[in-house]
Amino acid sequence: MAAFDFIPNLGNRILAMVPRLGTASRFLVLGLAAIFSRHFSFRQLLRQVYGLGVLSLALMIVAAFFTGMVLGFQGYYALVRFGATSALGTLVALSLLRELGPVLTALLFAGRAGSALTAEIGSMKATEQLSAMDMMAVNPLAWVVAPRLWAGIIAVPILCVIFDLVGVWGGYLIAVPVLGVDGGTFWAQMQSNVTFTGDIMNGLFKALCFGLLVTWIAAWQGYAAQPTAEGVGSATTRSVVTASLAVLGLDFILTALLFK
Amino acid sequence: MAAEALVETQDLYFSRGRRAVLTGVDLRIPRGAIVSVMGASGGGKTTLLNLIAGSLTPSRGRVMVAGQEPTRLNKNALYQLRSRMGMLFQHSALFTDLSVFENVAFPLRRHFSLPDGILRKLVLMKLEAVGLRGAAGFLPAELSGGMARRVALARAVVMDPMLILYDEPFTGLDPISIGIIATLIKRLNDALGATSVIVSHDVHETFSIADYGYILAGGRIIAEGTPQALHDSPSELARQFLSGNPDGPVPFHYPAPCAYDRALEMDTVAGEER
Repeated sequence: MAAFDFIPNLGNRILAMVPRLGTASRFLVLGLAAIFSRHFSFRQLLRQVYGLGVLSLALMIVAAFFTGMVLGFQGYYALVRFGATSALGTLVALSLLRELGPVLTALLFAGRAGSALTAEIGSMKATEQLSAMDMMAVNPLAWVVAPRLWAGIIAVPILCVIFDLVGVWGGYLIAVPVLGVDGGTFWAQMQSNVTFTGDIMNGLFKALCFGLLVTWIAAWQGYAAQPTAEGVGSATTRSVVTASLAVLGLDFILTALLFK
Repeated sequence: MAAEALVETQDLYFSRGRRAVLTGVDLRIPRGAIVSVMGASGGGKTTLLNLIAGSLTPSRGRVMVAGQEPTRLNKNALYQLRSRMGMLFQHSALFTDLSVFENVAFPLRRHFSLPDGILRKLVLMKLEAVGLRGAAGFLPAELSGGMARRVALARAVVMDPMLILYDEPFTGLDPISIGIIATLIKRLNDALGATSVIVSHDVHETFSIADYGYILAGGRIIAEGTPQALHDSPSELARQFLSGNPDGPVPFHYPAPCAYDRALEMDTVAGEER
């Protein structure tokens, strides 16, 4: 009869998930609204934009460069069969702007900055720093969580723009000097086929959503972590896994909604 | 104990899930006194501190602090009350990314817009009081356990609180540091005209500075009085705790089935396997 236990077990799991999701959503709303609290610090926000964003730049640039170069090779391989290598610029740009740029930026951000954020907040909880702050009548949501949430929302779209630019440049370096595609055609095709609102803004909107999602998951996992070394460790792993899957899931939904 | 009570709990109950942590605790902490709450580890002492601080909500009964009930206050009013309280955490809870100076300055910076000169003087004054003015530039990672506890103490009193809560202030410290912390608790309480609640299981050090004490066991107060009165308490459990006897009302052996029950159980299992 063990097989029949599956359904009630699944039901129980889903029911247990509902209040957790509610608490996490309340955490997000209060965390974002804490920007209006008197304990919110713009200096802290800048520090977090630096820590989460600027320090992720090197990783993003290297990843974008290789992604663009691979796109150049693979796109050429597909297009040369139809004599359409002139469309290579468009293919590289649209792949990056609409899909790969936002998604890869978010996945890398979850791995590099999200994990660090979870570990940092989790350690602060385990060492009673959050409780100490609360006891000093300083709201930890305003001082610790809000600057990190807003920093993620600000940093990911900017990182995505940089990812797109470097990726396109990487694609160009393979397409034009290596594979012999005409440089003028590469840029002209890209210019005529990429639209600002339909493609660029679409990608940036995705990046904004992913930034919010990844930072929310990372901050929540740290805030709700068991206050032990093991608890912080497993929260960090959960943060990266959940954020990565959530980015891919949300990407599908956004692509379906924004698809033209 | 005739002075006006700053903290009072009445018929206080608290449970974690199905486990009852506190079951009807009544205590009264007069203004200006140093009161200790002692008991075995896991006996609900820290929970009691958190209830006083308004971090937890009682299942039944009430806590009054300076005439207010922390759990009934909204966030702003609770923070108003907490800005008049200080708390020393068991593991110091210093902010690891801030220097000693900035740790002590943290509550002042968050609550007041003081000119740098005044803020500097206030912070150095508190660091001087705990003997660590010379360590103002250090990071918490560069401090010993005893020094970290003293910095945390300076931070707890930097706003000149009316009530200071100490959660296991002596745990994990060497004898010299324990002596320093005990002296500082007494000296700061007198100098600030504050009221102190010390939660601890270090009998000797706590009794050396406490005016009054409560012993908590099984979620209830089993004895109370001055340190001397507690030593003479008729409660066997209190006497076992204070003298540190390994066996007594708190048994040495964790409850286990008796040998006969176990043998019977094994026979049953073997029979089923056959």
